[in-house]
Amino acid sequence: MKLTLKIWRQKGAQDKGKIVDYKVSDISEHMSFLEMMDVLNEQLVNSGEEPVAFDHDCREGICGMCSMHINGEAHGPDRGVTTCQLHMRMFKDGDTITIEPFRAKAFPVIKDLVVDRTSFERIQQAGGYISVNTSGNTQDANALPISKHAADEAMDAAACIGCGACVASCKNSSAMLFVGAKVSQYALLPQGQVEAADRVKNMVAQMDLEGFGNCTNTGACEVECPKGISLENIARMNRELVKASLIKF
Amino acid sequence: MSVLDSKVPKGPIKDKWTTYKDKIDLVNPANKRHIDVIVVGTGLAGGSAAATLAELGYNVKAFAYQDSPRRAHSIAAQGGINAAKNYMGDGDSTYRLFYDTVKGGDYRSREANVYRLAEVSANIIDQCVAQGVPFARDYGGLLDNRSFGGVLVSRTFYAKGQTGQQLLLGAYSAMNRQIARGKIEMYNRHEMLDVVKVDGKARGIIARNLITGEIERHSAHAVVVASGGYGNVYFLSTNAMGSNATAAWKIHKKGAFFANPCYTQIHPTCIPRSGDYQSKLTLMSESLRNDGRIWVPKNMDDVLAIREGKIKPIELKEEGRDYYLERRYPAFGNLVPRDVASRAAKERCDAGYGVNATGEAVYLDFASAIERYGKEQAKIQGISNPSKEKVTEMGEAVVEAKYGNLFQMYEKIVDENPYKTPMMIYPATHYTMGGVWVDYNLMTTVDGLYCIGEANFSDHGANRLGASALMQGLADGYFVLPYTIGDYLSDDIRTGPIATDTKEFDEAEKEVKDKIDFFMGNNGTKSVDHFHKRLGKVMWDKVGMARNEKELKEAMSEIKAIREEFWKEVKVPGSANEMNLELEKAGRVADFLELGELFAKDALIREESCGGHFREESVELEGQQKGEAKRNDSDFAFVSAWEYKGEPADAILHKEQLEFKDIELKQRSYK
Repeated sequence: MKLTLKIWRQKGAQDKGKIVDYKVSDISEHMSFLEMMDVLNEQLVNSGEEPVAFDHDCREGICGMCSMHINGEAHGPDRGVTTCQLHMRMFKDGDTITIEPFRAKAFPVIKDLVVDRTSFERIQQAGGYISVNTSGNTQDANALPISKHAADEAMDAAACIGCGACVASCKNSSAMLFVGAKVSQYALLPQGQVEAADRVKNMVAQMDLEGFGNCTNTGACEVECPKGISLENIARMNRELVKASLIKF
Repeated sequence: MSVLDSKVPKGPIKDKWTTYKDKIDLVNPANKRHIDVIVVGTGLAGGSAAATLAELGYNVKAFAYQDSPRRAHSIAAQGGINAAKNYMGDGDSTYRLFYDTVKGGDYRSREANVYRLAEVSANIIDQCVAQGVPFARDYGGLLDNRSFGGVLVSRTFYAKGQTGQQLLLGAYSAMNRQIARGKIEMYNRHEMLDVVKVDGKARGIIARNLITGEIERHSAHAVVVASGGYGNVYFLSTNAMGSNATAAWKIHKKGAFFANPCYTQIHPTCIPRSGDYQSKLTLMSESLRNDGRIWVPKNMDDVLAIREGKIKPIELKEEGRDYYLERRYPAFGNLVPRDVASRAAKERCDAGYGVNATGEAVYLDFASAIERYGKEQAKIQGISNPSKEKVTEMGEAVVEAKYGNLFQMYEKIVDENPYKTPMMIYPATHYTMGGVWVDYNLMTTVDGLYCIGEANFSDHGANRLGASALMQGLADGYFVLPYTIGDYLSDDIRTGPIATDTKEFDEAEKEVKDKIDFFMGNNGTKSVDHFHKRLGKVMWDKVGMARNEKELKEAMSEIKAIREEFWKEVKVPGSANEMNLELEKAGRVADFLELGELFAKDALIREESCGGHFREESVELEGQQKGEAKRNDSDFAFVSAWEYKGEPADAILHKEQLEFKDIELKQRSYK
């Protein structure tokens, strides 16, 4: 395949960015999208130009590092995949592909397609944990049976990879799917109950502080989420938040 | 050559760890506040260590090259984590897990370390459940287990096909709690480029801020390296693109011995490569071998017909298939350990029976599992005389519940539906058992410098069993290092903060800066990847699944030649004072180019076959084991620990003799 790529180039956080056109050829349909980007970068390095900076690591859809906005969609046109799992068979010979970073106020661009997602870190630090010391002197793992249903649902919420596609897809740049998933994982498990009220209040407060928007139930986040995290998690987070506001300690 | 002291405590193996913990020196809580510890790498080992040390009260500085600890490659582990809980009542025990691990490692690991690992394994599960890790459960609400290769019990705990992710998120959440308290200072997007020694002790590191390019000095009373394995020396591996050996190699150059570099695990169930552009290989959990049957056609005509697309694999009748693992290893069948399964696949493909265009693929077939599960479901649901379609439908649903995410991953990459046609698999580099040499305390040969997780060498011998990497990472970080490092740091309560404006830091920083300046100033003609790919090809062809003296010698000289060319011809665009991904890669590949040569040298001196290291000169010539790997315990029951002396070829060998007091050395038979 031969392709035209329109890629966002931005030298640094303070610089002005712009779309630059590149041509690549000899692209195989079996390549992953990032392998296509490797071809472009090898081409740029060989001609003495700076390669396009993009985040990536595991290249198997689990680390959550890759983050491109491809033809207007987070992680591109395929469903249920991250950019690294997107394959060139989704495109046709002669296509023009626009590649931009994830756009959100709380995700400032660092360079080219690389964005700063440490706002997610701070939300997790505000309460995304169970306060148990790692001494190993906890009770036996089977002392407390947990229904398979609850454990499976907690697992589905915990499958979030923290990539930020939900934020990038949302017209309000809301992080509620991300936060809802974490709140849900713990809300569904007995171990998470003790701190449930504080957790949801603190995480939501941090989310607002970071400049993420609110949820208006368009559901774009769920559609673009590579891990199929359900909107129900947002509803559950809102319920937990209401519940928390009614509890007096 | 000297003899290394592993500092294993005296006494019966069952009591060593308990007695050790009772006797070590402790640091009082008020003094811990005055002690700093640097942790490099925040995967399962580093993340759990950072969290635990911070909980104990030490001031921790943690470093990760990614933008968050949650991205470390531990996250990609799929199948599970072993623990000797014996919840299944199938005869498991601490001793049996210890025994399986030592046997699985082909008797090349240190007994005392492995016993300790088995001993703390059960705590890990308790700990993780308390942290909210959503392990799979059965309908009674208790934890479910499955079986992995090389063992006869079910002791593997799992969270769908994302066990590594869930365990890492557990350790990450424990870290977040400490970051919020200010006890961990987290340095994301930072890379350690050297260790700083003061009076022979590790007292800090030089790190590069990967966003600004700034070179920073960080001091501490002890340094812990938890930077993972060196599988990317092969260029193509199942490791993450950024996984590298730089931290481990830099400490090696500063005095830490590097042990058993030739012990590498080639994992049998990976998706075959499809072309030269390939950037990495994708692994699918070994748990697939619980239900998948591995085969190639019996007849060459069928092989050719399949390659040409004239017949489909599902059309080939049972009698035309060679289920070679079931044929060769009736006792373990498709669940033989990884090294055995990988070599068996290579043997069939080398004989010409590979089923794809490159000739490097075998089938992993779920048809009989789907039928079996479907019939079972029909019985459970009380459906008499179910149609074939109904059985298939119900069977597929069971397989989907067990392996759905893996099947989806396969389909996205290969563009074939594995429910309907067998998967194609081929071995790929996955894990490195070798690594920095450490004693029982997990301390390297440099005082105050520790190495944990995949980056060290100690627990897996010459071959790692499935679901044991997660166990080791968390055992080291949560339950072992926090004790052993305290014993060392108890001498440092009066030391006070370590200054960074000293000549030791000046020198280390200058060395780092000089190297960066060289890369930026070198007027080369070839990209970093160009050299990395060439190194990888030599490693795979000559230091891969089967090795021999002639090719190992060739590999050593070829790698040296590539390295020399690299330093002349490498080209790094951009500048040093900004995010520069090519510069990051250049430093890492420079280290791989040294490590690769030592790797080949280590493989050359080990004139025996053991675990993942298969020497073609050392095979059984007759009897039931004919053609299988032949270990040589009288000459090679030692750890080779290499001391850096400039060129990798000049490295000096030190031996740690392995003693087996609690396990009888036997031939590792899975027949």
